[in-house]
Amino acid sequence: MRKPFSRLRDGLAKTRRAITEGIRGALDRGTGLDSAALDSIEETLIAADLGVETAMHLIAGLRERFGSGATTEDEVREFLALEIERALQAAETEGVQGEPGAPLVVMVAGVNGVGKTTTIGKLSRLHVDEGRSVILAAADTFRAAATEQLSIWADRSDAHFVGGQLGGDAAAVAYDALDAAIARSADVLIVDTAGRLHTQKNLMQELVKVKRVLGKRLPSAPNELLLVIDANTGQNALSQARMFDEALGLTGLVLTKLDGTARGGIVVAIARELAIPVRFVGTGEAIDDIEPFDSSEFAKGLLGVDEAPSETT
Amino acid sequence: MFEQLSERFQSAFRSLTGRGRLSEANIEEALREVRRALLEADVNFKVARGFVEDVKARAIGEDVLKSVTPGQQMIKIVHEELAALLGGRADTFRIPSGAPAVVMVVGLQGSGKTTFCAKLASYLRQRGKSPLLAAADTYRPAAQDQLATLGGQLGVPVHVGEAGADPVGIASTALREARETGLDVVILDTAGRLHVDEDMMSELDRIREATKPVEILLVLDSMTGQDAVNVASEFAGRLDFSGAVLTKLDGDTRGGAAVSLRAVTGKPIKFAGVGEKLDALEMFHPDRMASRILGMGDVVTLVERVQEATDLEDAAKLEEKIRKESLTLEDFSEQLQALKKMGPLDQLVGMMPGMSKVGRVDVDERALARIEAIISSMTPDERRDPGIIDGSRRKRIARGSGTTVQDINRLLKQFDAMKKMAKQFGRLGKRGKLPGGIPFAM
Repeated sequence: MRKPFSRLRDGLAKTRRAITEGIRGALDRGTGLDSAALDSIEETLIAADLGVETAMHLIAGLRERFGSGATTEDEVREFLALEIERALQAAETEGVQGEPGAPLVVMVAGVNGVGKTTTIGKLSRLHVDEGRSVILAAADTFRAAATEQLSIWADRSDAHFVGGQLGGDAAAVAYDALDAAIARSADVLIVDTAGRLHTQKNLMQELVKVKRVLGKRLPSAPNELLLVIDANTGQNALSQARMFDEALGLTGLVLTKLDGTARGGIVVAIARELAIPVRFVGTGEAIDDIEPFDSSEFAKGLLGVDEAPSETT
Repeated sequence: MFEQLSERFQSAFRSLTGRGRLSEANIEEALREVRRALLEADVNFKVARGFVEDVKARAIGEDVLKSVTPGQQMIKIVHEELAALLGGRADTFRIPSGAPAVVMVVGLQGSGKTTFCAKLASYLRQRGKSPLLAAADTYRPAAQDQLATLGGQLGVPVHVGEAGADPVGIASTALREARETGLDVVILDTAGRLHVDEDMMSELDRIREATKPVEILLVLDSMTGQDAVNVASEFAGRLDFSGAVLTKLDGDTRGGAAVSLRAVTGKPIKFAGVGEKLDALEMFHPDRMASRILGMGDVVTLVERVQEATDLEDAAKLEEKIRKESLTLEDFSEQLQALKKMGPLDQLVGMMPGMSKVGRVDVDERALARIEAIISSMTPDERRDPGIIDGSRRKRIARGSGTTVQDINRLLKQFDAMKKMAKQFGRLGKRGKLPGGIPFAM
């Protein structure tokens, strides 16, 4: 941990304000947790992109815990934060590790425009800062200038770079890059892939091929398979996570663009329904705007529980 | 596009479409489902609440309970209200002629601005304009390269600024370049920005001041969640954009963001992005979209695509052949080509009425490619008269097309069945339109 209450909390600022105000408003009527109050809390949760299903589940929990009697705002917030934290924690897994003596291979996928390439630049910086040698592989051979974009991030993060031709074979680039990573005894290889909608069958098959080809060169590869999700995305993120997971077997998510306005509540629904853990959060456009995800911090940050003294300064 | 929403609506009204009598409690129940469907589609919760209230008021006002088919009546009301909310009629997109007109394209990061700019250039050129693409995104690494590459693919000139140049300056020099080189539209790709980023938003103000655009288009990702209302209203308050573009609608998003955007800004949605290819741009049709939401299918778009892809003369010839019962495998192959021009098959299937109920349909594009290979491995005589294709010819065709004799048998059988069907059409004697047709069953 770099600092006690990080940018994750800032990233949730607006959503937190909306939720706390929503709960306060619901209880202000002075009629306790009656059905009108519960409805209004439910809407507040839906507004954070938690989804109808998850919001209803949380509301049922509130009703069970407190009945319809008088409750304080703090009790409600603490209860909801704990429930959300539990849901996120239930999806957590051990961090991944590379094979001894071989590079840790991370493959990154996602729909168009979620911030895959930027995320890879940031992840690269994290590894380099911790003293590892990193190679970035531009297996996005589809989008114009994607390769150039990644090579700029490689420069910025002091990583090495392996690219291919526009329109070339993504799997071949990935294979060559892994070959290079092994030959140069790199510690980490991060493979960028072209954005694609999860409903595009052929393009999803291409990703499966990239994964398979990596495994041919190094049986344990890829060790980590990350899906990047834009925190602005609504319920469609569930569909994205489900279909990428079915095709590739995800080991985790990266939630990007959590920069103050985005809600990001959808990761709770993904954790509940698909048990896929969030590994990192991107909080801005700068290269160090990334941090490991912390379930408890996210839940508390969303509900405004445990305001840190340092934050008030 | 809105498939799941239409499923929700259908299940909400299943009880209403039956012959059973309708009570006020039924309506309440259906409206709860409508609200839930809208929320699951990411329609903003306030917008959803308002919509449900409007529908309820109208349903009671029109005395749905007394109508002969109350369920149908309800569906009609929901459909009409949704279409009205989405904008009523399709909007026009006209660029005035004369001095170079500027179209400014804005939006959040990753919404699809650069791809849209290229699609718009292609769209305008098809309509007789000479566009210039201008890359005013100096922030995202390689964003200018991306636009330059796309412009190169299209053969449309691209104005790229110096590294680190001021976006306002780039916009102005692009406009000057268009004037000097006789181009009539400048499409200005701006950097993605957050609607709450004061500095970045004021940059857009300055670009607008400097270039006086005829259109400012907000590009919105159709997968956006509840914050879509804020994005839309902040951009509207700050820039007073003239229309919106909804992107990535070729996925399975329910697209409630469109409803939210319309409800809070009243701005028209002018285009829909439906794929990564540079011609995957459509006008946004609110009425069709509403039909689609309700599971009525998007027949109009389907028919339009068929018409675009089929030559009228060809269609007439085909009709003639069908009447004369002289359909050949050559015609069949031409039909396949026309079908391929219409777009990915699963997209077409999604537009057909009732298909949203069936659920996901797997359409095997490779099977189509196989058929093409088989037909192109035949001699012209064989294509005209498949009757002569005997065992040894089948073996040769299978080798030539990399398929098996069983594949050839299956195709010939299907073709036979299709011919019989065509005969029946022919006997009906009607000059019934067979627009391009979808003459095969896989």
